[in-house]
Amino acid sequence: MDLADLKPGRLTPDDYARNFADAHPPLNRTQALIEAERCYYCYAAPCQTACPTGIDIPAFIQRVAQDNVRGAAEAILTANPLGGMCARVCPTEVLCEQACVRNTNESKPVEIGLLQRFAVEGYFANPGARQLFERAASTGKRVAVVGAGPAGLAAAHGLAWRGHDITLFDAAPKLGGLNEYGLATYKVAGGFAQKEIDWLLSIGGITPRLNCRLGRDITLDGLLADYDAVFLGMGLGGVNALGIAEPELPGLGDAVDFIAELRQSDPAQVVVGRKVVVIGGGMTAVDAAVQSRLLGAEQVTMAYRRGPEALSASRVEQEWAQTNGVTIRCWARPVAIEAAGVRFAATRLEGGKLVDTGEQFFIEADMVLRAIGQVYEPEGSAIELQGGRILTDEQFRTSVPRVWAGGDCRYGGRDLTVEAVEHGKRAAESIHAALTEVAHG
Amino acid sequence: MADLSTNFLGIKSPNPFWLASAPPTDKEINVRRAFEAGWGGVVWKTLGEDPPVVNVNGPRYATLWSQDRRVIGFNNIELITDRPLQINLEEIRRVKRDFPDRAVVVSLMVPVNELAWRNILAQVADTGADGVELNFGCPHGMSERGMGSAVGQVPEYIQQVTEWCKTHTDMPVIVKLTPNITDVRFPARAAKQGGADAVSLINTVNSVMGVDLDRMTMSPVTDGWGSHGGYCGPAVKPIALNMVAEIARDPETAGLPLSGIGGITTWRDAAEFIAMGCGTVQVCTAAMVYGFKIVQDMCSGLSNFMDEKGYASIEDFRGRAVPTVKNWNQLNLNHVEKAVIHQDSCIQCGRCHVVCEDTSHQAIWAMKDGKRHFEVNEAECVGCNLCVSICPVPGTITMRALQPGETDARTGRVIDGSYANWTTHPNNPMRAGCA
Repeated sequence: MDLADLKPGRLTPDDYARNFADAHPPLNRTQALIEAERCYYCYAAPCQTACPTGIDIPAFIQRVAQDNVRGAAEAILTANPLGGMCARVCPTEVLCEQACVRNTNESKPVEIGLLQRFAVEGYFANPGARQLFERAASTGKRVAVVGAGPAGLAAAHGLAWRGHDITLFDAAPKLGGLNEYGLATYKVAGGFAQKEIDWLLSIGGITPRLNCRLGRDITLDGLLADYDAVFLGMGLGGVNALGIAEPELPGLGDAVDFIAELRQSDPAQVVVGRKVVVIGGGMTAVDAAVQSRLLGAEQVTMAYRRGPEALSASRVEQEWAQTNGVTIRCWARPVAIEAAGVRFAATRLEGGKLVDTGEQFFIEADMVLRAIGQVYEPEGSAIELQGGRILTDEQFRTSVPRVWAGGDCRYGGRDLTVEAVEHGKRAAESIHAALTEVAHG
Repeated sequence: MADLSTNFLGIKSPNPFWLASAPPTDKEINVRRAFEAGWGGVVWKTLGEDPPVVNVNGPRYATLWSQDRRVIGFNNIELITDRPLQINLEEIRRVKRDFPDRAVVVSLMVPVNELAWRNILAQVADTGADGVELNFGCPHGMSERGMGSAVGQVPEYIQQVTEWCKTHTDMPVIVKLTPNITDVRFPARAAKQGGADAVSLINTVNSVMGVDLDRMTMSPVTDGWGSHGGYCGPAVKPIALNMVAEIARDPETAGLPLSGIGGITTWRDAAEFIAMGCGTVQVCTAAMVYGFKIVQDMCSGLSNFMDEKGYASIEDFRGRAVPTVKNWNQLNLNHVEKAVIHQDSCIQCGRCHVVCEDTSHQAIWAMKDGKRHFEVNEAECVGCNLCVSICPVPGTITMRALQPGETDARTGRVIDGSYANWTTHPNNPMRAGCA
């Protein structure tokens, strides 16, 4: 890779504008009204059951149909304060839309995600809209929320709404966590992550503290001394290694860094190779692979060591990658990163175990991105872990008194944005109960 | 292939589909286009005395939409023709000359004055038109001037004007009835008493389509003020069908020829009116929503239906459903039906459950073996048909009549196949033989 063809600016300004615009344009009012009419308003709706945050989907869609955008947004944001981001990034094809009863006869569910986006963004776009949430009278209680991603934001919102004072810490220079740094640009076009955060903070009582990392700039003991409760929602700070020699090559990097750089830059300034290999089979791999193509890479391969059925990227994500010219290569285990590309061992399943077939092949690459999962990086306290992540009970309480945790750093779950929001929301309920119990005690 | 032709009062048309007296039949150009498209006949938009009326130049129409913006109901405040009488008469003459096989009936509305009617009838007869229809139904504008529904709401006026018309013309006289009355049998009887050859119904229903919540005005408005209009379209079909049935089964008017009007949009609607006794049907809204070509689809559907059922002509099934329309007190109270949910096509939306639970008889279970599953609890089902009515998947919930020997799980009674109605029911304090 010392002769790597790594450079920015492969495309024209128009190409960049087109490639990084909204991948799935929003519905206009007419489209939304027509789509809303398709909802059957089911009893104990399967879509609502399938939503990790339990949004009353038939109610919000009925309100869209009745031209009541504020009411629709209220139904959504009451259950999920990040309902706008979830509308854009949820894998609805395996959640609400998979459960839609319209699938039975038509194989075409109601476009719940797009309708949700219509409702939330329609509400945000109305500057005169009355606030949906009024903050309760101050309780005088102070809560530290560590990590300003989906879990932390949801927790902060739920606690601020109940009258507590929140300090929202994040190691990064901007709020948002993965919403700001970890999602493909075309999923969150239009600066939506910050718009949503602006709305969320407008409830009041939330003080951000940026560039402040737990374990480096602050400690859990310090927070416990200064605050009545702590919520941990730092996400996963580390990236899994490939487990093979990783030479110092300019084109070798982490998909999460590549995605974050794209989110924080003009795409025309982002370096990309001519031939790119992304190692991994999840959503992060898809986001990195597709965006490599959109930056002008000619050949992009997503290599995954298991079979297609084990890919954690949803079927829709896989098709999106393929539509964008990404080759998905399964049964490929990397064995050596070389200057000219990656050598893979072909694999297969034998008695349920993944084994090498003995064959090897080489894929040329001048840029190689690791996307084989992220890991929790313990912050240095004695908090109990399970499977390398923080263990909590069903109320999101950790082994350390007065400390709750949620989102990807917590053990259990599918690492979905919408699940992180639910964790934050429910942890806020639990924290509130604990704080008010003390007050009454 | 079925013969769709009709002979209504001696007026022949190649099919039973006439355009009703309304904007689509206001001018020669429209009527020519209609006949070229295949309409069997027209009732020319109502003629009046000169000088012609004037119409508002703001909105004349407004609409009630279904949720997917199909037109369910339609409202208009247009008056009778606003063109000079002579122009209309010349056009009628030309059109009838060029389309001799089509029915051309002329709608009329002049003041309640024998001379006025005699004069206009003579002029219409001179055009070669096939007949006249007396507009006693228009509910807006003209009624304020003592015409239209102002006549149709007073049986004595109906009879009087009909008598004058029968006296002064040999053309068949059809009396068009307004639904804006309490009991349609009285105006129908009056028309018959006056010698009407037929009645046509219904004209439009008084309506205010809505309120503009930003301007806080009724809608539609002309420069801020509105006036009630006449309502038609698919939403009025059940009202029209009831009135047709009432006249068809009233001993005093049974057998009086009927031309059915009211929301007819498909061949099926037309067949229903014919089965309820109508010799022709008149259409307006469907043409105003889809254009004249729709008549071809109506003819195709009606023809295929008749072939399938073995009806060679319209007369073969006309009036077949009339004997099934009864007073409620004649219905068989021993007959029991139960809803059946067909699991193979049920999509599990659960609407049947929640509406039965909330608003009816708590007769649909939502769970079976811990799973989402909707099934009728026959011990509670009264056979009301609500679940069938609201199920979004056609044919997924049907009603099943219990057969003799079966036990009604709700009442414990064994069905014996006997007939018994309210007039003999023990709960009826007025029953025969009750002191």
